[in-house]
Amino acid sequence: MLTFEHVSKIYNGENYAVKNLSFEIDRGEFIVFIGPSGCGKTTTMKMINRLIDPTEGVITIDGHDAQVQDAVQLRRDIGYVIQQIGLFPHMSIQENVTLVPKLMNWSKEKRKERAKELLALVDMEEEFLARYPNELSGGQQQRVGVLRALAADPPLILMDEPFGALDPITRDTLQDEFKKLQQRIGKTIIFVTHDMDEALKLADRIVMLREGEIVQMGTPDEILSAPANAFVEDFIGKDRLLQSRATVQTVEQLMNITPATITETATTSKAVQVMREKRVDALLVTNEYGTLKGYVDIEMIESHRKQSENISDIHLTTLHTVKKDAYVRDSVSRILKLGVSYVPVVDDDMRLVGILTRASLVDLVYDSIWGDEGAAADEQEAVLEETIL
Amino acid sequence: MNTVIEFLQTNGGEMLALTGQHLFITLGALFLGILFAVPLGVILNKVPSKLGNFVIGIVSILQTFPSLAILAFAIPILGVGMFPAIVALFVYSLLPMLRNTYVGISGVDPALNESGKGMGMSAWERVRHVELPLATPVIMSGIRLATVYLVGWATLAAFIGGGGLGDFIFNGLNHYQPEFIIAGAIPVTLMALLFEFILSKLEKSITPKGLRNLTA
Repeated sequence: MLTFEHVSKIYNGENYAVKNLSFEIDRGEFIVFIGPSGCGKTTTMKMINRLIDPTEGVITIDGHDAQVQDAVQLRRDIGYVIQQIGLFPHMSIQENVTLVPKLMNWSKEKRKERAKELLALVDMEEEFLARYPNELSGGQQQRVGVLRALAADPPLILMDEPFGALDPITRDTLQDEFKKLQQRIGKTIIFVTHDMDEALKLADRIVMLREGEIVQMGTPDEILSAPANAFVEDFIGKDRLLQSRATVQTVEQLMNITPATITETATTSKAVQVMREKRVDALLVTNEYGTLKGYVDIEMIESHRKQSENISDIHLTTLHTVKKDAYVRDSVSRILKLGVSYVPVVDDDMRLVGILTRASLVDLVYDSIWGDEGAAADEQEAVLEETIL
Repeated sequence: MNTVIEFLQTNGGEMLALTGQHLFITLGALFLGILFAVPLGVILNKVPSKLGNFVIGIVSILQTFPSLAILAFAIPILGVGMFPAIVALFVYSLLPMLRNTYVGISGVDPALNESGKGMGMSAWERVRHVELPLATPVIMSGIRLATVYLVGWATLAAFIGGGGLGDFIFNGLNHYQPEFIIAGAIPVTLMALLFEFILSKLEKSITPKGLRNLTA
């Protein structure tokens, strides 16, 4: 779908921003360009929609040389999302989202219809259509930014660090949402980032760049298991390499399958009883189908004991969850960042299937870092103890 | 009170005619100014900033000429009458409008221009749908300022035979007839206030809705 043939960008006749790049990208692939700043990743991306013109080489999109097409027309067939979001503050969300369709002279009804469809993709209410960007949170704004790129249904979408300016928790949520969305709508994505976690989580293939040249190109697993050189190893980071080598890969393998739970129809006194039995101070609350509703702890029950009979009367706190088939390597940083002691594990229908605790993660990290040494140390200690005794 | 009525009875017709001329001179210079300054302000943002600053500098120098001198310069070139007065005042009104358009448009967030360009907006579409709407409040305040100045400066048109309420004021000065000075000055003041009011309403109504609550 997209090919680069010996593409270079040279400034002032001697400075190579991008040097002799050649690669091929298939339809529907999620490609992440990654590298330190100044490695040419953004330049490479901008040459695709001709915000920057290459000095040498040929870029073809669906077999057509990008350089001979009309730049404005070409860009309308390529979605574009930038880090600064770039929503127009004077246009409503609907106007923003359907800007490209408007430039392409779609009818008003068709545009309105399309705007509704798009908002539904990210579970945003229709009422947002009439709002203005400054009335939305950063996360909502970038959701709209992504939708705007999807509006005219372009086969190819370019994203320049789209989640870079968001706080870690919002970023995480948007990454999950977007990866799911991409799998559903099957677009080809070119995504630029300098965040290795993000690249590992989203990419089908990663293109690692350094000083304008490709250092390594491959799937996240290939790059993790066989880094091309010391630069790649360094960029990935020791801890990620270790985590990826551990035998445990998905959250499902690591989770505790017997979390302390209670159904929302149970009484508060029942909840206290369960807590006492299991010796915990909080319970995960589910409905009768096992869908996770939130959690309740002893203090919440205590403060509501007078008014509430049932758990469902208490306003439950919602929790961050992980999917059971998520990779451990992606979830570790989230749990550590959130600073919580456990995260409920759910399946695709939000049904509670287990719980991931900080303790089990610590075990995992410990195993992968010290592994055999740890066992040896245990033995030594045992010997020592014996001698002392 | 009686003297006022008496004055209006004898001079009311002429006063009305002069007010009309005054309005014509002001609006003529204003429209020429908008027609020239706004597009120029847009274009100056598309050329290297050195050139932009150079042009703004030239116009600033024009502004420092005393307005009477500009009117006087108009006589050898354009002769006397209303048309030269309009041209001279037009030159004078350029600066506030040009500068505000230039500053307003160069103040548009570059990220917005980049995302517009990346989505496939042509240069004209970006001017029309992004830059001008976002710069509207700044451009409009330049136009307001220029209009209020122009109403005042248009009194000087009388010096080169351009007519307008300046006729009354200068006649009054020449013949020691303060009632003519007052009859010239009051309509000018009212006109300036009226324009200021209308334009501030207009500014509110053409500022895009999404921007209004930004500044509030």
